[in-house]
Amino acid sequence: MKILYFAWIKTKIGIANEDVDPPATVTDVASLIAWLKTRGSGFADALKDPRVVRVAVNQEYVKTNHPLRAGDEIALFPPVTGG
Amino acid sequence: MIRIQREDFDVGAELAALTKDNPKIGGLAVFVGLVRDVAGDQPAGQKVRAISLEHYPGMTEKKLAEIEAEAQKRWPLEATLIIHRIGELEPADRIVLVAAASSHRDAAFEACRFLIDWLKTKAPFWKMEDKAGAQVWVESRDSDDLAAARWNTKRG
Repeated sequence: MKILYFAWIKTKIGIANEDVDPPATVTDVASLIAWLKTRGSGFADALKDPRVVRVAVNQEYVKTNHPLRAGDEIALFPPVTGG
Repeated sequence: MIRIQREDFDVGAELAALTKDNPKIGGLAVFVGLVRDVAGDQPAGQKVRAISLEHYPGMTEKKLAEIEAEAQKRWPLEATLIIHRIGELEPADRIVLVAAASSHRDAAFEACRFLIDWLKTKAPFWKMEDKAGAQVWVESRDSDDLAAARWNTKRG
């Protein structure tokens, strides 16, 4: 699956996007975020506060219990600040 | 109509094009957002030299189209327009234009306010401010969430 990062989440993680092949324990957004946080201090820092992490799957906002499938495009980003 | 672009826009020309050849339009409400030189929640003196606007290509267009469709569902609109800029901008530059045209002013005013309120909380754009060489991501504001939430119960 493909993951995209934006704004300060991208800055803290250090990359804008990546293709990942997570372990079988990753079945939904919550377990994906838990797994990502084990991949380094940048990930752990960027994703530590769930109140400021928004998630989109295939370009739709979802909650953390949203199930994931191979081929999904997942985006992690802070609350939006446009306009 | 929705446009995301780096370049500036001409407000007069955009509005003229939007209302051209539609004599059913009796009211046109417009909001134009500009870059401030002082960050909203920062102490005075920390001047913003420039901002940089990032977005999520694909999802941005999708969300703006949904917001526009929702406005057209709630109010009897003849035309709507959303233009949002991305990239590097300086204080006093235009960032966003939102316009709603209807037969009467009430629908135009309310829909215009709705469009910008929902855009600010749902469309995936992020601002980074350059303040004296330090680059800082702008934090979201609770007041924007409250402004958008008003429209959850109030129907046009």
